[in-house]
Amino acid sequence: MKCLPVSFKELSLRNNRSNSRRTAWHTPSPFRVMVRKEIADHIRSWRLIVLMSLIVLTFAAAMYVSLSTIGTATGNLSDPDHTFLYLKLLTATDKVVPPFHVFISFLGPLLGISLGFDAVNAEQGNGTLIRIMAQPIYRDNLLLSKFVSAGMVVTVFLTSLVLLMTGGGLLFTGVRMEPQEALRILAFTAFSILYVAFWLALSILLSVRFRQGATAALTAIGIWIFLTVFYQLLIKLVVRAVLPANPEMLSPEQIIGYNNMILDLLRIAPGQLYTDATTTLLMPSVRSLGPVSMEEMAGAVPAPLPFKESLMIVWPQVSGLLAATTVCFAWSYYLFMRREIRS
Amino acid sequence: MLQINDPIIQLKGLTKCYGKKKAVDGLDLAIYKGEIFGLLGPNGAGKTTTILMMLGLTEPTAGTVHVCGYNATRTPIDVKRSVGYMPDSVGFYDNMTALENLLYIARLNGLPDYEIKKKAMETLALVGLAGDLNKKTSTFSRGMKQRLGLADVLIKDPAVIILDEPTLGIDPTGVREFLTLIKQLSRQKGITVLISSHHLHHVQQVCDRVGIFVNGKLEVEGNINTLSGSLMDGDSYTTTVTLTGPIVQPWPHMSIFSKLNAVKEVSVQDNDLVFTCTRDITPVIVRLLVENGCDITGVHKKDYGLDDIYQKYFENNTAETTTHEMSASFLQRTFFKKQPEQ
Repeated sequence: MKCLPVSFKELSLRNNRSNSRRTAWHTPSPFRVMVRKEIADHIRSWRLIVLMSLIVLTFAAAMYVSLSTIGTATGNLSDPDHTFLYLKLLTATDKVVPPFHVFISFLGPLLGISLGFDAVNAEQGNGTLIRIMAQPIYRDNLLLSKFVSAGMVVTVFLTSLVLLMTGGGLLFTGVRMEPQEALRILAFTAFSILYVAFWLALSILLSVRFRQGATAALTAIGIWIFLTVFYQLLIKLVVRAVLPANPEMLSPEQIIGYNNMILDLLRIAPGQLYTDATTTLLMPSVRSLGPVSMEEMAGAVPAPLPFKESLMIVWPQVSGLLAATTVCFAWSYYLFMRREIRS
Repeated sequence: MLQINDPIIQLKGLTKCYGKKKAVDGLDLAIYKGEIFGLLGPNGAGKTTTILMMLGLTEPTAGTVHVCGYNATRTPIDVKRSVGYMPDSVGFYDNMTALENLLYIARLNGLPDYEIKKKAMETLALVGLAGDLNKKTSTFSRGMKQRLGLADVLIKDPAVIILDEPTLGIDPTGVREFLTLIKQLSRQKGITVLISSHHLHHVQQVCDRVGIFVNGKLEVEGNINTLSGSLMDGDSYTTTVTLTGPIVQPWPHMSIFSKLNAVKEVSVQDNDLVFTCTRDITPVIVRLLVENGCDITGVHKKDYGLDDIYQKYFENNTAETTTHEMSASFLQRTFFKKQPEQ
């Protein structure tokens, strides 16, 4: 009889312990709960399904074209990149259908904007924002969960597309993949995600700033169209007005200087950064993004660069886009953190 | 940190300005544990702003808010852990069911996963939504949303519940049920409840104490009896007696009543006699009337209810709004006048 209470005690102790373990294991932080819910919302939304099918369609078209021209592309001995089969898969074209990375440079912003333009204002409009903010969670967790969840959706989506492409190529050609190619494709994917993330951060910023979802969406699309179309026209107009009328009078150094200046101005547009970076990453023989003088060209052997060198060339682009994303995100923090939340 | 006799909600010199307008002006208020406190005021009196400051959702311009011993501006997370807040227009994620909405809030509050579902079901049953838990909230009526909002608040076992206009837009039966439920919960679990409303009759049913809040200032505070008592001090007692037929003018018995010391004034309206007195002398009046052969069908002693309280304290406010409107229309007029000149 004496051992009875002891065994009970032990039992209850074990119960307690398992309980506490369960709490430790099965109580996710509020942030994770929010991210999980946001991802579920994104996956179920029609908006994302439509955009994903659009991107999948363009991906299929680009892949179809590149697979049909892959023979000529890899057989072209005058092209220093002809040995990189998988990079060719991503870049080879028939001059009618553009390659996949060009599609992404157009559809990426749209994807980013559509995932973020109503992140905060829709919650405010529905009266759910105040309900969530009345719970014991940090205010920044809300913004961060919006950004992280959409970022994760984009990451999974683009990565699986690229992996599909690699697997398809492997099945179709049976050619082994070079480690360098894998790295380049991985870097390309990462940069594409960063590019979409920039537009996502921008649209979240606008969703904090504007009460109406439509205003935020139209402003974001306006910025996108301005930067992709009108900005280049504007730069050309300004350059024509400001630069000396006859370039023959200038020394070669001056011409290079002006050229670099124009390129730098163009690189304010994130689309330009993306195009610069992806072409360099996917075409190993690209060795400079600016003008190259004859003397520099004379000594150069037309051979592909190692991955590290290509990465070094696009590093300014990477940091530029990263900085722009951070600025947008920080700005939305600034706007949101001390704002009064009313329904 | 919090002593037993300390107020659970304490506002000291709380002020909030929007530009030049003072929405809340030097508010001092203490609410004790287990109380049901009604914050009464007309629209735009600053009730919601005060509540937002209690939850740390907006920063006060001056003054401090302490809820459950925590400073709401500095440590809002601790406050929100023990305070359940139901906003006036509560919104839910329309693509989720009632249960999913509730589970989400429960998870955000860090409730352990293994008991969360059971608890959510219990709470939904408590607020009377057990049959609708798998319906999308987009199909919910206003009253059902309000109940779900209450479930949201209750699932985290709060020490304090703050309800902002909880009776807005619900039908009378719904209001009664809702308020009874709140009162029950408060009494059973010792929860402190703060109800903000402009609907006096609803608040009257449940509140232990009310504060009348006009233009950012707490005009008066106390339970309803003391409030109406304070109203009656300066005023006089009024008794209305209804007779069977129309009363002929001049009334023959007028002199009997005018002679009484306590009677200040007697007026005659159709079937009614209205006696304004300095004391409550209703029995005397009735006896005298019966002795003089008048057939009485009804006697009504005027009570000072919340309506009168409302009238008294909100009058100034309405006067002010009219002047505001006037200045606005004046501005408009000058604006329109200018236009043709251009």
